[in-house]
Amino acid sequence: MITYLEAIRLAQEKALSEDTRVFLYGQDVGNFGGAFKATKSLAKEFPGRVFDAPLSEDAIIGMAVGAAIEGMRPIVEMQFADFSTCGFNQIVNHAATLYYRTGVPCPIVVRLPSGGTSGGGPFHSQSMEALYAHYPGLVVMTPATVEDAYGMLLQAVALDDPVIFCEHKFLYYHLKAEGLPESVLPVGKARLARPGRDATIVTHGAMLHESLAAALDLAEDGYEVEIVDLRTVKPIDTDTILASVARTGRLLCVSEEWPWGGVAAEVISRVSSEGFGLLDVAPMRLNAKDTPVPYHPDLWSVHRPTARSIAEAARRLLHI
Amino acid sequence: MPTQKADPPVTGADFIKAYRLMLVARVLEEKLASLYRAGAIKGGVFLGRGQEALSVSVGIHLHRGDIYAPLIRDQAGRMAFGDTVLDTLRTYLGSQLGPMRGRDGNIHRGRPREGYYAMISHLGAMIPAVAGALLARRLRGESGIVGATCIGDGGTSTGAFHEGLNAAAVEKLPLILVVANNQYAYSTPNARQFACADLLDKAVGYGVVGHKVDATNLEQCLATLRRAIGAARAGGGPQLVVGDLLRLVGHGEHDDGSYVDPALKASPVGRDCVLLAEERIISENWAPAAECAKWRQEAEQEVNATVDKVRREPGPDPEDDDWAAFSNSEFAEHYAGL
Repeated sequence: MITYLEAIRLAQEKALSEDTRVFLYGQDVGNFGGAFKATKSLAKEFPGRVFDAPLSEDAIIGMAVGAAIEGMRPIVEMQFADFSTCGFNQIVNHAATLYYRTGVPCPIVVRLPSGGTSGGGPFHSQSMEALYAHYPGLVVMTPATVEDAYGMLLQAVALDDPVIFCEHKFLYYHLKAEGLPESVLPVGKARLARPGRDATIVTHGAMLHESLAAALDLAEDGYEVEIVDLRTVKPIDTDTILASVARTGRLLCVSEEWPWGGVAAEVISRVSSEGFGLLDVAPMRLNAKDTPVPYHPDLWSVHRPTARSIAEAARRLLHI
Repeated sequence: MPTQKADPPVTGADFIKAYRLMLVARVLEEKLASLYRAGAIKGGVFLGRGQEALSVSVGIHLHRGDIYAPLIRDQAGRMAFGDTVLDTLRTYLGSQLGPMRGRDGNIHRGRPREGYYAMISHLGAMIPAVAGALLARRLRGESGIVGATCIGDGGTSTGAFHEGLNAAAVEKLPLILVVANNQYAYSTPNARQFACADLLDKAVGYGVVGHKVDATNLEQCLATLRRAIGAARAGGGPQLVVGDLLRLVGHGEHDDGSYVDPALKASPVGRDCVLLAEERIISENWAPAAECAKWRQEAEQEVNATVDKVRREPGPDPEDDDWAAFSNSEFAEHYAGL
C-alpha cells in the first residue's frame, strides 16, 4: 500500500530520475529527508540535487525563481504551508509576474504541506490556496487522493507556469492506495468523486473525505449526494461544477479554509452568475470558523468542517 | 590573511571606455527628466545621477553569459552590460516594440534569457534570484561565470537582503552584491536606516569578502569592481562592495530632494563622478576637452534621434494584447469583460 506522503516522495523521485533540470531545495530536505520525510533518501539517491536551505523562505523561493529563469525545474518545500507567508513576496510578485512582464516562464513548484491536523495549532494548520489563487499567474493544486498526489505533482513539474502544490498533511499517513496511477486527468479538470442526484457538494483536499463520509450518512436516509473534487483550485473547472448542479439543482461548497474570499465563495459566485437558473434553492457553503486554527483537539475538531457538520448542512440544503 | 597583489593600473583606455558609457547614461537620463517634465512619460522617472561611476564599473566587468540584475539607479551599468538607448526609451515611453511591451515600465526592464534580469520593485528580491541563477549554473556544471546585483543603503535593511546574501554565502556562490550608499532611502538618512558604523561591517557578519570604495572616483570603482568580480569568478564566493556617494537628484523626478543635508552636498561624497572623470581625462592628457565635448554631442545626437524614432512607434494595443499571465493560455480567467 502506498500512502499519500509516499506518493509525493515517489513523484519527486521520478521527476529527479527523468529530468536533469529538477532539483529539490528546502529546509531539512537533504540527508534528513524532510520534516515529514517527503524527500527521504532522495539526497542519497541523487547526489548534489537535493539540498538543505537556511531558514529563509524568501531566499528559497527567490532562488527557485532565478534557477527557473536559467532553465531548471526546482521543487521547493515550505516546511509548513503557513511559513510560505515569509516567502509570499517572491511567490506573488516575482514568480507570478515573470511571464506576463518578460515573456519568460517561471516553472517552479512550491510544495505547501497544508491544512489542519490535531494539535497543529494556529501556525502549522493553514490552508493557503485561496490566497495564492487570487494572484494572476499561479496554478494552485489541491490533490485529495494518493493517485492525484503522485500524478499532479509530476504534472506540476512539467508545467511551465509556477505551481503552488497544496498537499494536505491530514492525508499524509492514513490515505492509502494499492498502486500508482497509470494516467492522470488534465490540469484544471475536476473529478466526479461520487455520483448522485439530490445535491452537489463541491470540495477539495481533506474535505473530500469528510464529504464522502457525509454522503454515506445521507445515503442511509435515501439521499444521493454528488461530490465534485476540484483537484485544482486554479484553474477551476467551472464546467464540471455547473454540469453537476444542472443534475441536482442544489449546491453545498465545503472548504477547510476561512470563509472570507475563499474557494467556496468563488464557486458559489460562479454558479450564481453563470448557472443561476440551474439552482432550485440558494447555494450554501461550509467553511472553517473565522478564527485562527485552535490547538486543542476538542476545539480543532469543530473548527473545521467534519463529516457530521457537512451532513447537517446538506440536510438543511435538502430541507430534511 | 594572504598578501594582496597590487591591482594592475586602470589604463586611460579603460577609463575612457567607462566614462563614455557614463556619459551616455547621464545624457539619456537628462533627456528622460525633460520628457518627464513635458508629460511624455506616463509613469515615474528614477535617475542614477551621481551613481554612474559605481554602476558602470559593475556592468563593464561582466561578460556575456554572466548574470546582471541592476536596480533603480543603474543606467550606466545597464549600458555597459549591453542594454541600449533604444530599449531604455522604448520601455520608458511604453513602445510595444520594447522588451517589456508596455506591460512594465521604466527601470523594471530586462531580457532574462540573456542574463539581464528585470527587477521587481520589492527591494532585495533580486539577490536570492541571482543566487538561484548561479546555483542553477553550478548544477549544470558551468563555472567561471558570476552574477552581480545592486542595492541601495535602504535595501540593506530588508529581509530579502539578509536572506539572499546569507544563502549565497552558505553556498559560496559567485555573487557580487554592490551597495550604493547614496545616503538617503527616498528621504530617510543613513542615521535612521542602520546602526552599524559602516555598511561594510555587514560583510564579516555574513562571512563574505567586503570591498569599500569612494564611488565618486571612477578609477577606484573600476579597480575595486574588477578585483571583486575577478575574485568571485575565481571561486572566492560572494563579494560585498560598498560604495559611498550622494544621490544628486530626488528619489524620482517628482521629488525635489529638499531634505538632503547641504553639508553632504558640499562634502567630498557630494561630488559629481561624471565631472570628476572628465577632469581626470583632461588632466591626464588622455583626451582633450574638445574630445570630451564631442563625445557628449554624439551621445546627445543618439539619444535625440532615438527619442524621435520611439515616439513614432506604436504603444500596446489593449485589443491585441493576449492578457496572458500564464504561459499556458488555457488557464486564463475571463471575467474582465470583452
